[in-house]
Amino acid sequence: MDLNDSPELAAYRSQVRAWLEENASHAPRTRGTGDDAEGVAAHRAWQRRLAEAGYVGVTWPAEHGGQGRGPLEQVVVNQELAAAGVPGILDVIGVGMLGPTIIAHGSDEQKQRYLAPMLHGDEVWCQLFSEPAAGSDLAGIQARAVRDDDGGWRITGQKVWTTNAQFAAFGLLLARTDADLPKHNGLTMFVVPMDAAGVTIRPLRQISGEPEFNEVFFDDVKLEPGSEVGPVNGGWAVALTTLMFERLTIGAGSEGLGYRADRFAAAIASDPVAAADGGVRRAYGELATELLALRFTGYRLLTAISKGRIPGPEAGLGKVTAVNAAIAAGDLIADVLGPETLQRGEWADLISFLPGLKSAGGTEEILRNTIGERVLGLPPEPRLDKGIPFSELRAKERQEVQA
Amino acid sequence: MNFELSDEQVFLREAARDALGRVRTVEAARDALEGAELPDLWPTTAQAGWTGLLISEDHGGAGLGAIDAMLVAAECGRVLAGVALLGHLPATALLDADGGEGQLLARLASGAARAAFVPARPGDDRDPAWTAEPRRGIRRAPAPAVTVGGSDGGATVSGTVAWVPDAPGADVLVVAAVESDGRPRAVAIDGGAAGVAIEAASAYDATRPLGHVTLDGARGRLLDVDGEQLAAAWFLAQALIAAESLGAVEEALRRSVEYAKERFTFGRPIGSYQAIKHALTEVLRRQENTRSPLYYAGWAHGSKPDEFALAASAARSCAGGALDYAARELISVHGGIGATWEHDAPLFFRRAQLSRRLLGGTGDATDRVAAELLGQAAA
Repeated sequence: MDLNDSPELAAYRSQVRAWLEENASHAPRTRGTGDDAEGVAAHRAWQRRLAEAGYVGVTWPAEHGGQGRGPLEQVVVNQELAAAGVPGILDVIGVGMLGPTIIAHGSDEQKQRYLAPMLHGDEVWCQLFSEPAAGSDLAGIQARAVRDDDGGWRITGQKVWTTNAQFAAFGLLLARTDADLPKHNGLTMFVVPMDAAGVTIRPLRQISGEPEFNEVFFDDVKLEPGSEVGPVNGGWAVALTTLMFERLTIGAGSEGLGYRADRFAAAIASDPVAAADGGVRRAYGELATELLALRFTGYRLLTAISKGRIPGPEAGLGKVTAVNAAIAAGDLIADVLGPETLQRGEWADLISFLPGLKSAGGTEEILRNTIGERVLGLPPEPRLDKGIPFSELRAKERQEVQA
Repeated sequence: MNFELSDEQVFLREAARDALGRVRTVEAARDALEGAELPDLWPTTAQAGWTGLLISEDHGGAGLGAIDAMLVAAECGRVLAGVALLGHLPATALLDADGGEGQLLARLASGAARAAFVPARPGDDRDPAWTAEPRRGIRRAPAPAVTVGGSDGGATVSGTVAWVPDAPGADVLVVAAVESDGRPRAVAIDGGAAGVAIEAASAYDATRPLGHVTLDGARGRLLDVDGEQLAAAWFLAQALIAAESLGAVEEALRRSVEYAKERFTFGRPIGSYQAIKHALTEVLRRQENTRSPLYYAGWAHGSKPDEFALAASAARSCAGGALDYAARELISVHGGIGATWEHDAPLFFRRAQLSRRLLGGTGDATDRVAAELLGQAAA
């Protein structure tokens, strides 16, 4: 076991560090968010600067503008960005999840057209998968894509929890192309220009009052022929690729969320009485232990990834640990520092953000189902939707509600 | 970066699993509760070379690291084997660091002699004093007192330490004691020396031999180790009990999953119900959250000694919680039958209940994690 960099990785790290020393002054102070056009522009410029230096798409193949390096190099970049106190790229979702999906399933034309501007932040992407009635059961989406006379498509429906939609150029959209097939079989993935006629984007405010997400409405939106990513009615496999890269992104950056034991310790240690209180110590020790475990589980995961193994659904347990430990930390810090903590600032943001994060990327309950079945091999839940055409399924659901 | 076991370590683990698999240790754990003798696993231990695991090759041992010791401990824990390594390994690590008695080390390495660590807990920010396990109650006892000197240049130790793992029958005791100025010292005392009394303590988990050790002017040899090395022995014991627990958790989970697949209610296997599935996933989560800090502790022991206290305490804290949870879940999944004498589940439960309260207790390890991290943050 060795947590030190190999000589090659150490050399790469000093190269990244040296570049950051020279360029960090160009970084925006915070992440760009939707209601702050200036912040987004600054963050976009920062991504472009990083991309020109070769620090975006580190693991992407060279033929698509990436560096063709391994996941450990990506982690080194993330770590050095964090150490320098500067944000990473603007389009984490595009570069981390959607770009790799296009590389895996897209046509040559799509790769040619979309990947380079995505890498440089010139065109930001958003993920249009979840719907108000389909989250955990993603294959139950209802947004429809109907073939047009010219071979293109018409999209109608609603998506939700869409990060970055306000300033995205494109979205990767999962829609139903054949409702007479069982629900996983009638789906197709599309590229959608977000400025197309009929696309409406509405901010979705969260507990904090900040619009962290959007709702996106599609009203008979026209797509050009060739907008499909992967085969028609083969969208589920494409979506699974995206979700796999999501796990990879989370696994490689489990500390990227900032839920670290030392950060929470600083807040508590600022009050010496709290730091000596048995109850506070017990509560802090419990959550700190979980976060330490998470850090070293991350190293195990990275080792596996660097040896070419793909993390399985058990990587999702890391998210359960991170979110619950952070919730405990927020509660404890507010207990120690008092009600003012809830008003504004770092801990108020954390406390308000976490209840939503608990469901993001799969609720804790659905994660535990998946892991119980795929990892422990426990028998599946009885399913009432297997092999039934989606259209009949919907009718059945309506009947049940009425009965 | 490489944060997984080497091929040699995987081999060591598999070999340990094979060696222990030849004895019906779980049945023996139940029989021992009714007064039967535990199977003597010391010859197995010696033959496998575990007795000399932490003794350097120069002294006749295998010269392996803490992580290797943990892997063996995990296999012992998996089958509830009563192997006296929890006492022996930290004691031999100290004797090896001292290096003064080549012959004794060779005998300990070969298994011809057995050592037991009589531990003291290193002080922390709230109480700098080294303390020992009390016989009962929440207040810790003072660590045994040592006075250095005398005609043979040795040391005299007096004091009592309760619930010492593997103390009964040990050939040599390595005692953590403090001088009058509070300086911690390690003293090797012959198990049969004058002034040594070891009262066997009957335990809820009969696979774990424990003793209350009373030293009354017992003479021994001062070891050439410093306070940090002595503290590391305490934390090594924490890591080993954590590793034992990890093995027991893995076995409890395996048994729970197996049963959840074959027991049916309302026409469905019970493992298909979310209530069961989510609970067993929680065991898995805690199991993996124990493995990671254990690896961390194994790595830190050799490569980052400054972090060993934190790593070993984190491992102990996670492991304790994991075993508590896994053992109760093992019973719950089995329903009423899981709480009967004939069933194996109560043996894992007994292991969990006792382990949680030894060597300072799981809660103390959690507090140590807080002490280490809050201390760093305040600095």
